[in-house]
Amino acid sequence: MMRFGLALAAAAALAAPPIVIRNANVLTVTKGRFQGSILVRDGKIVEAGPKVLVPDDARVIDASGQYVMPGIIDPHSHIASESTNEGSISVSSMVSMEDVLDPEDIAIYRALAGGVTTVAVLHGSANAVGGQSTVIKLRWGRDARGLLFEGAPPILKFAMGENPKRRGSTPSQIPGVSGTPRYPASRMGVEDVMRQAFLEAAAYRDAWRRYEARRQRGEAALPPRRDLKLEPLVEVLEGRRLAHVHCYRADEILAVLRLAQEFHFKIAALIHVLEGYKVAREIAQAGAGATTFTDWWAYKVEAYDAIPYNAALMLRKGVLVSLNSDSAELMRHLNQEAAKAVKYGGLSEDEALALITINAAKQLGVDGRVGSIEPGKDADLVIFDKHPLSNYAKVLRVMIDGEFYFDRDRDMSRRAELEARKKALLERAREREKKQAPSRRRPS
Amino acid sequence: MKTLILSLLCSLTAAAAGDGFLLRGAVIHPVSGPEIPNGMLLVQDGRIAEVGAKVPVPKGVRIIEAKGLHVYPGLIDSGTQIGLAEISSVRETVDAVEIGDFNPQLRAIVAVHPASEHIPVTRANGITAAVTAPAGGVISGQAALIHLDGWTWEEMQVRSPVSMMLQFPVIETRGGRFAAQRARRPFSEAKRDYESRLQQLREFFEQARRYQKAKLAGGPDFATDAKMEAMLPVLEGKLPLVAHAVRERAIREAVAFAESQKVRLVLAEARDAWKVADLLKQKNIPVILGPTLELPLEEDDPYDKAYTLPAELHKAGVKFAFASFSTSFARNLPYQAAMAVAFGLPHAEALKALTLYPAEIWGVADLLGSIEKGKLADLILTDGDPLETRTQLKQLFIRGREVELDNKHLRLYEKYRQRP
Repeated sequence: MMRFGLALAAAAALAAPPIVIRNANVLTVTKGRFQGSILVRDGKIVEAGPKVLVPDDARVIDASGQYVMPGIIDPHSHIASESTNEGSISVSSMVSMEDVLDPEDIAIYRALAGGVTTVAVLHGSANAVGGQSTVIKLRWGRDARGLLFEGAPPILKFAMGENPKRRGSTPSQIPGVSGTPRYPASRMGVEDVMRQAFLEAAAYRDAWRRYEARRQRGEAALPPRRDLKLEPLVEVLEGRRLAHVHCYRADEILAVLRLAQEFHFKIAALIHVLEGYKVAREIAQAGAGATTFTDWWAYKVEAYDAIPYNAALMLRKGVLVSLNSDSAELMRHLNQEAAKAVKYGGLSEDEALALITINAAKQLGVDGRVGSIEPGKDADLVIFDKHPLSNYAKVLRVMIDGEFYFDRDRDMSRRAELEARKKALLERAREREKKQAPSRRRPS
Repeated sequence: MKTLILSLLCSLTAAAAGDGFLLRGAVIHPVSGPEIPNGMLLVQDGRIAEVGAKVPVPKGVRIIEAKGLHVYPGLIDSGTQIGLAEISSVRETVDAVEIGDFNPQLRAIVAVHPASEHIPVTRANGITAAVTAPAGGVISGQAALIHLDGWTWEEMQVRSPVSMMLQFPVIETRGGRFAAQRARRPFSEAKRDYESRLQQLREFFEQARRYQKAKLAGGPDFATDAKMEAMLPVLEGKLPLVAHAVRERAIREAVAFAESQKVRLVLAEARDAWKVADLLKQKNIPVILGPTLELPLEEDDPYDKAYTLPAELHKAGVKFAFASFSTSFARNLPYQAAMAVAFGLPHAEALKALTLYPAEIWGVADLLGSIEKGKLADLILTDGDPLETRTQLKQLFIRGREVELDNKHLRLYEKYRQRP
């Protein structure tokens, strides 16, 4: 019912009147801060500035004393997915998170209520070459297809360090998983698995090239057998698919940077990259991005040298840095995480906000669409009651493509009604159970 | 000669420990009373000697000018494993859980590792004292309230034991970190397990009572039993029983159990406390809350349920203190409180739940929790509201001694910042 209602709203949005958010403190992230208005039409930001002409038919939202920033982008999450790891093999590039999206995961709504609008749903880190990630917008109420961020470049996840080598130990440390240990068991092996995968992919690519060449020459040729595992790796080699690499320690970060150079591709984002600050120069020189936690540490050995200054230090050394959550909880207050980069390392307000907006957008290859408040970009906006870098700031409204998907007032006003409906449903279920109890009794 | 050296040494240490100071110019937030703008605070022998708008200044006392800064009492984390756990995934570094279900004799204090990297990291954010507690089994052992400074655990100790830890039995059909572990087990099996644990818990208390009687009676056959001995302060109402009870059922049962046993109860991580707030108020049972930055317990709970819980308890008149229930995240304790403020808890109450209320709950309000004459000088000097992330801590004192803010993270930052 709810989904139907929203679909109607979406259809109506096509012809919806423009929206003007006015009297707001606007934090554009890329073009500084001003007090003024934002004009939204057909899902896009049309105009933003101290003085914006309000069209006659516009719906006006007064945001006096409030703060508007671009929708928050989380480049590493596992929400809205029914599974995370295809951990049975060390190279699982054939699987895609797009196939297991769960549009009814309540974590979507909760993240929205924390100001998040765009999320990369990642495969897990159980294997050296993981699966294909998917970028979604948190259009709560839509079906799985409706969540997809249209036109976002595809991503392949890789993983280094403790996680991918865990299955290599005997006995298996994963309860319920027994049997033969899976290669690799060491950081040496993890690098080897990746190299082997890219060598195979390169050979596969060359086979196709030879085939295409022969065909173009008019020669008879049989096409190579399609390999769904190698195709995404070929796309990485050809720069058509972004590489995101889960890593922690400085040695493995360097190893994967060099591996990428060997195969002539760039790493869009090193994920977690907790010791990135130790090799920030190398990361910057390789042109790789880095998306990190602010202050997670000591939960495993490879996180023991993690420091909350990581983001600021890498940024100062020229790395494109963003923050990520990897957690349905943490993603609800990434604005507070950004504030930690001010505390630890002294980033400016704009630099800190960029960590959770435009920088993340660049790492996902969607910065042409989202990540800042600029005319022409998608109207993905968050309205806070206080400055978002304050711990006291609450999200009041969240807009995606010009539509409000979260409204705190509306949420609050519906609670009593939802509670009553829940009670009625429970009551009905109890009644039904009472009536049916005898016939439902199973033989023991 | 020997005595001379000894007395010299004594006077040196005494000077180091007793070396007082006068802090002036700052806004003093005593927590127990109204703030004092441009106040004066005299510290002598590790304690607060004077505090006010103007206090008598002893001759030659060291003066700390703190104009534009703010002084608060040190923050207290009421639930951590600081010193007991270093790297949570590495068994060899974790000393918080023992084998066996009934271990009241275990003392957390003796396993506190004073050189843990978590101690300086945590205190660098203004946390000067913490309850560090064993977990696991049913009765996990004795928690300790420690200062986050000291060469040995004896020096760190504020009070030990400060509480007896109880993991109140619940019906658990699933658990564990990995999907394979989370496989449901039959409800009937889980229920049997729960009932058996509850029965064992009752019997354990009965046994302790019989021991108490036997001890009073004396007699030639009486032999000291470490487990039973450890239960006596609980039975006598001298040591609070801290029951970890998250959901409504466990909370209600823990309250009923404590009442039937006539022991002092404190609830920990009672996330459903809002459902039984009236009962807790009526029975005067305090709650250790946290973390606030947490997902709602139920799928259909309001999205902000964990954020609003402290405000709801405050409105109901239930006393509470905040805890991180963590070690590596303990430094974020003030932000747990801040989120509660964003969602309705008065700021002054949030601050009290980090200082004065835990001191009261743990029975150390004569020593900690506010800036008052006679209390230990556990102080933080900041450039603003300590609940705001962007606020910087400038100086920190524990027992009147200035403690370095240096820590592993700052050292690594400085080291790698210099890397060419």
